[in-house]
Amino acid sequence: MPRNESPLNSEMLQGTLDLLILRTLVLGPAHGHTIAHAIERGSDDVLQIEHGSLYPALHRLESRGWIASFWGTSDNNRKARYYRLTPEGRRQLTAQTARWEQVARAIGRILKPAEE
Amino acid sequence: MNWRNILRRGKWDRERAEEIESYVAIETDENITRGMTPEAARAAARRKLGNSTAIREEIYRMNTMVFLDSVARDFRYGLRALAKNPTFTAVALITLAIGIGANTAVFSVLDGVVLEPLHYPKPEQLVALRQIAPGAAGLASFSEGLPLSPSMYYTYAEHNRSFQSMGVWVPASANVTGLSEPEQVRVVAVSDGVLQTFAVAPALGRWLSATDQVPVATVPGSFSGRSTSVMLSYGYWQRRFGGDRSAIGRNITVDATTRQIVGVMPRGFHVVNTDFDIIVPLALQRSGLPLAGFGFNGVARLKPGVAISQANADLAHLLPVWMDSWSNGPGSNGHFYENWRIAPAIRPLKQEVVGGVSDVLWVVMATIGLVMLIACANVTNLLLVRAEVRRQELALRSALGAGTGRIIGALLAESVTLGLLGGLMGIGVAEAGLKLLVALGPANLPRLSEIALDAKSLAFTLALSVLSGLFFGLIPALKYAGPRISTALRSAGRGASLSRERHRARNVLVVSQVAMAMVLLIGAGLMIRTFQALRTVQPGFTDPQHVETMRISIPRELVADPVRATRTQNDLADKLAAIPGVTSVGFASELPMEGYGGGWDNVFAEDKPDNGGIAPMRLFEFVSPGYFVTAGTHLLAGRELTWIDVYGQRPVVLLSANLARELWGSPSAALGKRLRQYPSMPWKEVIGVVEDVRENGVDKKTPETVYWPTLMADMYGPSLLDAYREVTFAIRSDRTGTEGFLNQVRQAVWSVNASLPVASTRTMQEIYDRSIARTSFTLVMLGIAGALALVLGIVGIYGVIAYAVSQRRREIGIRLALGAPQSEVRRMFMRYALTLSGIGVVIGLAAAAGVTRLMSSLLFGIAPTDLLTYASVPFVLLLAALLASYLPARRAAVVDPVETLKAE
Repeated sequence: MPRNESPLNSEMLQGTLDLLILRTLVLGPAHGHTIAHAIERGSDDVLQIEHGSLYPALHRLESRGWIASFWGTSDNNRKARYYRLTPEGRRQLTAQTARWEQVARAIGRILKPAEE
Repeated sequence: MNWRNILRRGKWDRERAEEIESYVAIETDENITRGMTPEAARAAARRKLGNSTAIREEIYRMNTMVFLDSVARDFRYGLRALAKNPTFTAVALITLAIGIGANTAVFSVLDGVVLEPLHYPKPEQLVALRQIAPGAAGLASFSEGLPLSPSMYYTYAEHNRSFQSMGVWVPASANVTGLSEPEQVRVVAVSDGVLQTFAVAPALGRWLSATDQVPVATVPGSFSGRSTSVMLSYGYWQRRFGGDRSAIGRNITVDATTRQIVGVMPRGFHVVNTDFDIIVPLALQRSGLPLAGFGFNGVARLKPGVAISQANADLAHLLPVWMDSWSNGPGSNGHFYENWRIAPAIRPLKQEVVGGVSDVLWVVMATIGLVMLIACANVTNLLLVRAEVRRQELALRSALGAGTGRIIGALLAESVTLGLLGGLMGIGVAEAGLKLLVALGPANLPRLSEIALDAKSLAFTLALSVLSGLFFGLIPALKYAGPRISTALRSAGRGASLSRERHRARNVLVVSQVAMAMVLLIGAGLMIRTFQALRTVQPGFTDPQHVETMRISIPRELVADPVRATRTQNDLADKLAAIPGVTSVGFASELPMEGYGGGWDNVFAEDKPDNGGIAPMRLFEFVSPGYFVTAGTHLLAGRELTWIDVYGQRPVVLLSANLARELWGSPSAALGKRLRQYPSMPWKEVIGVVEDVRENGVDKKTPETVYWPTLMADMYGPSLLDAYREVTFAIRSDRTGTEGFLNQVRQAVWSVNASLPVASTRTMQEIYDRSIARTSFTLVMLGIAGALALVLGIVGIYGVIAYAVSQRRREIGIRLALGAPQSEVRRMFMRYALTLSGIGVVIGLAAAAGVTRLMSSLLFGIAPTDLLTYASVPFVLLLAALLASYLPARRAAVVDPVETLKAE
């Protein structure tokens, strides 16, 4: 089956986006728009994501049971779909964060000597 | 995978769209606060989002494709795996094709005959007007109830509140002359209301109308007057008029009466289960109808919402009205019939059409279903063996990350593929099987034309294929896809002696196979015993294959004078007797088991109290001189009729032995005694008593029978001289059945009167075979099923023992090396087979005791727990098990210890 590979669809970046979403939701339930802007602002606009790609990711996380969703009203009174972290999502966030740090440290160790 | 999302894509997709729309709205709002124009703000928001349709599609694909993709892959893999193993695949496929094909064939018959609604508009409203009459002994016990009389018809039709329409009909036969050779045709005579009840529009022309039912002339001594119209069946119209539309309005001569064709009924139209050539008006002569004349079949269409019980109550209220409104003659008491305890017993028309055949077909369906289970058990066994061989492959897949669910899915896809392929081949088997079934089926199988391998049958095949695939795939899948699989990798290749645990599934399968085969064989055994019991019944005639029979009727219109009609019959008998090789000839109102349904009435003996005119019903038959000697019915006392008795209209009569015994204790005691039918009839002297004849079938009790001469001065009432005109001739000869003989018979008939058709030529043997057709059909079907079950069971036992031997070669080698004698090794495996079969036999015996109770209506002369059957079948099965295990056991005993141990 041919697939439209979106920029963030490769295994590693996908995992990264998931992690970022989970992290954003720690602060409380949020809808897609808030999450997208929160990620951009939180990374000092380094991570520019196509906001549309957020939705498949949200859906993936929901079907895994890591986040849950409900319909609510946004600050400016628009109907919006909110997402919140589930207990399982919280556990996953801890585990994935630890693993991410491990990998980042490992990559860092490999890259450092080359710089010196 | 998420089924909810696949199944409810619409709702789910709308939610996604809404969510994305809300994003655009919020982003637009923010852009506007940043000072953009609304249009620019919205465009910017869309840009930021990207292609929304693509997003939604991606989410959807994410949900479904992974799942569907894996299913398709599993099936492709399954096909490949089957192709790699041709022997296994071939054996499994043949087993399945036979199993599924046989089931489809039987299902098609069951569906066409029993399940499909009748082909009339709103068939659920149609009912047959049956009645019970426990007080009318002979009548009710024979004909499953009391048919309607013409006066009953009028009472019911005019006063009921339950029916939209109702009517009565009778099958008959008539001679059509003037078209080509004289031909005897099948007639249905219908009253007004019958065609309206069936509500099937004519293919051409019109129905018989109420006007057609008004007699144009009276006919004395008959319920029906003369009528002049006729309708044709589609088949007869095609055969005799080549489907010519101008046939409407033309005249044909039926029984020497000219009738105008008013309409043609469409193809496939039957009157209940009667096939006919022409329909004529019953044209009842309403004035002067008696209460009696219980010979008419009633049909009705219920008003919407009226239940059968309500209609029964409705008609029950009308019975006293009927007794008050009509009379059997001056001085007779209409309430006499209260002694008969008549009660309406209306039943759905479908039940009437299908009759006892549904019992047989359900038994056959259950039987073939069991064979299917046995076949599935065999295939399961094969799959288990294969899964055993593939343990390493499965373990490898599991180690590479395939989840338990995926492996189960893959294995099931493979077995379902197998099932579907088997089903595909099964359709071919079904096609052939269906032809066989229809050919073997009881000759009177109703709705024969409606049996077909139609869409419903094919849907049944598909369902059966998939279900059986799942059924025989599930056991190996669950057994080998479990998490313990990684242990297989470790032990792979090591010929460890097998643990009992791994054998358990196969053992259970063999035990259940034997148990099911046991049930089927006992069923078949019971049918064989029933058949034997039927064959030993003395039917009341001898050497039936040397008796040729034919139906000849001499209508009033052709030969009006009764004595001349009798002379014509006498001439026919003489001409036939003159044919070379013919030893004797006679005729009778009906031959045993012919099913024309004789008349029933009561007789009173001169020397017995008359009980106020109440007596049990006796079967009335009319016979010619020489009839009994021709049929081979032994005369127990006295003599047969002579032509002098007949022409002299002497007051003589013959009785069946059981009636003679009932009235006077013994056949010889009956001679010289006198009896009569009604007070104004002269006493008739008993001149002979013949052995009991199974008039209604070998398995039915002999009715007490009175045999009258065919010419009587008081045939249908006081001083009504008439002859019995519709008779069956019996011709005893060694040359029966040959075309030359039949030609001579026809020539002999036509030399007497060229307008007489010769109908229903067949030997008495054929009549006899037909009467036991239901039993022989069941016997053949259960026999086939039992044989299949036995063969499949033997294959199953053989397979398990052979596999056990191949797996335990190492152990056998060690045993032999340590000095175990070969015979001991052989016995070990045969003991194993016997133990399994023994358990199966015990379970099967218990199951059979329960199940065969259901077929008690098909049995005759034996109990459903027939000792001989129950004792001999286990013996046969155990013997078969021994044989099946002997070959592999012998192979085990010749294992070379050195070879096996070296191979490690």
